Amino acid sequence: MKPLYDLAVIGAGPAGVAGALTASFAGLDVVLIDAAPRPGGQYFRHLPQGFNAQAPGALHHGLDGFTRQWETLRARADVLLGHKVWAVERAEGTVTVRCLEGDREERPRTVTARGLLIATGAHDRPLPFPGWDLPGVLTAGGAQALLKGNLVVAGRKVVVAGTGPFLLPVAAGLAEAGADVRGVYEANGRLGLARHPLLAAGKAGEALGYGASLARHRVPYRGRHAVIAAHGEGALTHVTVARLDSAWRPVSTRTVECDTLAYGYGFVPQLELPVQLGCATRADADGSPVVTVDGGLRTSVPGVYAAGESTGVGGAVLAEVEGRIAGRSAAADLGRRVPPLPRLSRRRDRLAAFAKALLEAYPVRPGWQGWLRDDTLVCRCEEVPLSAVREAQDLGAIDARSVKLLARPGMGWCQGRMCGYAVACLAGEDPAAPRRPIAQPIRLGDLAAPTRSPLEG
Amino acid sequence: MPDVVVIGAGVVGAACAYYAARAGLDVVVVDRGPVAGGTTGAGEGNVLVSDKEPGPELDLALLSNGLWRELAELDGFEFEAKGGLVVAETGEVLEALTGLAGKQGVEHTVVPSGGLGDYEPHLAGGFAGGVFYPQDAQVQPMLAAATLIRRGADRFGRGTLMLRTGVTVAGFLRDGDRIGGVTTDHGDILAGAVVNAAGTWGGEVAAMAGVHVPVLPRRGFILVTEPFDEPLIRHKVYTAAYVTNVASDSEGLETSAVVEGTPSGPVLIGASRERVGFDRTVSVPVLERLARQAVELFPALADRRAIRAYCGFRPYCPDHLPVIGEDPRAPGLHHACGHEGAGIGLAPATGHLIAQTLAGHRPDLDLTPFRPDRFEERR
Ligand SMILES: Cc1cc2nc3c(=O)[nH]c(=O)nc-3n(C[C@H](O)[C@H](O)[C@H](O)COP(=O)(O)OP(=O)(O)OC[C@H]3O[C@@H](n4cnc5c(N)ncnc54)[C@H](O)[C@@H]3O)c2cc1C
Ligand SMILES: Cc1cc2nc3c(=O)[nH]c(=O)nc-3n(C[C@H](O)[C@H](O)[C@H](O)COP(=O)(O)OP(=O)(O)OC[C@H]3O[C@@H](n4cnc5c(N)ncnc54)[C@H](O)[C@@H]3O)c2cc1C
Repeated sequence: MKPLYDLAVIGAGPAGVAGALTASFAGLDVVLIDAAPRPGGQYFRHLPQGFNAQAPGALHHGLDGFTRQWETLRARADVLLGHKVWAVERAEGTVTVRCLEGDREERPRTVTARGLLIATGAHDRPLPFPGWDLPGVLTAGGAQALLKGNLVVAGRKVVVAGTGPFLLPVAAGLAEAGADVRGVYEANGRLGLARHPLLAAGKAGEALGYGASLARHRVPYRGRHAVIAAHGEGALTHVTVARLDSAWRPVSTRTVECDTLAYGYGFVPQLELPVQLGCATRADADGSPVVTVDGGLRTSVPGVYAAGESTGVGGAVLAEVEGRIAGRSAAADLGRRVPPLPRLSRRRDRLAAFAKALLEAYPVRPGWQGWLRDDTLVCRCEEVPLSAVREAQDLGAIDARSVKLLARPGMGWCQGRMCGYAVACLAGEDPAAPRRPIAQPIRLGDLAAPTRSPLEG
Repeated sequence: MPDVVVIGAGVVGAACAYYAARAGLDVVVVDRGPVAGGTTGAGEGNVLVSDKEPGPELDLALLSNGLWRELAELDGFEFEAKGGLVVAETGEVLEALTGLAGKQGVEHTVVPSGGLGDYEPHLAGGFAGGVFYPQDAQVQPMLAAATLIRRGADRFGRGTLMLRTGVTVAGFLRDGDRIGGVTTDHGDILAGAVVNAAGTWGGEVAAMAGVHVPVLPRRGFILVTEPFDEPLIRHKVYTAAYVTNVASDSEGLETSAVVEGTPSGPVLIGASRERVGFDRTVSVPVLERLARQAVELFPALADRRAIRAYCGFRPYCPDHLPVIGEDPRAPGLHHACGHEGAGIGLAPATGHLIAQTLAGHRPDLDLTPFRPDRFEERR
């Protein structure tokens, strides 16, 4: 451990690992920090053992590549897994990263560096609907985590719903792991597997792999359909599936039996750390705030870089490319000789254009608001029903923040990560970049004590 | 044409509008944002009499305290008359504290060291004693502001009250020398009088009318814990250092934690005071100090998690008193701003006194100490 690193990288997903490794090869002293006990981020961390062997070529290849990078990085740089970052500060050219090490009995730790690469990825974006709080209803990311324990999945009757290309890998993974997948319901138009956008970006292997997998397991994949309600006494027993019009208003409904629903309506980039530092943000193609970066992945704050989903949701390959560019910029800005690599930037531009097209192909349409009933919880932490949101608006709340102040959605444990997007939609605005001076819950005793650096043990 | 336009839908503007409508006036409240989106949405909700030196602000606080109790009947927001416990670290401080309590003439009980546990079973040992103030209370300020505007609109047949959110005031209309309304980004609003309840931005609004009212921001951070199942803390609890901090003139950081539980479960720990302009960048040292002071008061808090923090900008004037009353330099313009860290507590009295002046009645309190042109001589 060093008292002052050249570069601290937060996030051990494809972006962070590629960024850390690139910077290290360019001669920087690097430390990589991730909250999770295992590397890999959203995608590679959750792949189940059994799935790897059968994974379609492209994916398998990706995992191999990631694993190689990880092994190399571990030999060259310091790696702090199981370290949650709760705050970052920057003063006089030095970045201070404040972490909590461990799970329950956390210990405060401080890391300092001259530069910072933020590669904190994105989290699931659920939408509320009647019954979404029933046990058995999972987010897409939650389903990936569930897959790790193969045993639990086998024999389950699963419905996959939401929007976006990530429904397919989730469904395929569940089917391969032995679940009885009753259907995949895509709320936007089903483009047809042959015309699936993943094909367009040379991801044929991936898309075909998933398609073949779904076909082999006879899983129906329907466009313009959504799960608009979940039912059951104490646990999920069935869902209401609706055919939707183009604005996502239900046209007709039927019931599908299942004990598990995995669903998601895209992803929300994790921005609390860049916002703490005052990095500029912009609205992405789907209205989500993302970090503003230049061609070298530099944020508006000197010495601070961002890569991967925090600059826009775009998949693992784009995340890795961005990580590499950011690592190079960080090294160049600290005076290392880094020869230009225009090929890499062109690759990023292509992948980013594709990501934008995907976001545009899978928007969230306002009709979902009509699926809610007055008593549907919008915020589960604080148990705020739709009616309370409407009352707040009636009292003069005209934006998400004032709805929160008057009705409390987003004030609880998850700090609006689950409901923030929905509340912004209900308030009729694009979600704002989250202001969370405390990015992770911290014990007051730890906050009160002077923090130690990993150096001091 | 309304009788009054109130600029600002914070708790102070809401109270002005409520009492003006009750006095029979037709009122329009405009805010560039939502209701309670300014400093009112970043405050803590203490309604305190305990922390004020004898003088005009204490008089205002006592009047307000009684009015809050009436307003609580309106229903729609939490009001808890829980009382405040001020604790002293040393015998010397306790003496000063008891002395202050005597001068204040406010209802209070001196609590000896051994009696503190009866008030707060989880309080740390070692305090020399304290003073309990039963009148100290807690209000949920955002819902209170929204409710005052709502009920003001419901209740009083003749005096109507209308809220217009998302409307920014850009200047004033004049009727000769008199202020006769406002210009906004949504058109002009003619009115018999205008109330400047723009809080921390009150100085900017005053400047639009060509008058100098120095209102500046004093930043404060608040820490919020995870919700507790069992209430750990019964009253508002703070150390005597708070009283000196509030009145301080220092630029630098000052913290003296006021700790309390809330009906929704979390414990609130507030608040710091520093003058750094409108800077929202997180300051970890400030959060650390608040946490340390809270844990010093209640050691059991050490194991509880802070889940969020927020900051706001108190509107303060150089002499730490609010500006209340009609501006002789711009007749028709009434100011109700600059309440610093006590605007929530002082809102009802402010609204009540402004309504009295608007209606041409003699105000219940002498407004001389709060007059808007008091800063002229010092310029
Ligand atoms: C269900 C699902 C299926 C997917 N399928 C595909 C697919 O088929 N093809 C594809 O290309 N992409 C897929 N993706 C997307 C892919 O996961 C992401 O594009 C990729 O992981 C982004 O990489 P990243 O490095 O930006 O972030 P991530 O991989 O999300 O990594 C971010 C890391 O930062 C860490 N972190 C965040 N905040 C903190 C903090 N405060 N302190 C410490 N650590 C922190 C997290 O623990 C995480 O490990 C899928 C995603 C999901 C959820
Ligand atoms: C951390 C912290 C803790 C606090 N704790 C307490 C406490 O415990 N007890 C207490 O009594 N006080 C407390 N305060 C102070 C209290 O919050 C303020 O004194 C009070 O909220 C001021 O209310 P206001 O209505 O004057 O201002 P605001 O609530 O700021 O309202 C002013 C409104 O004017 C609007 N506005 C401004 N300019 C224009 C324009 N040109 N056109 C249209 N609208 C405009 C703004 O949008 C805003 O909504 C605290 C403050 C802070 C920061």
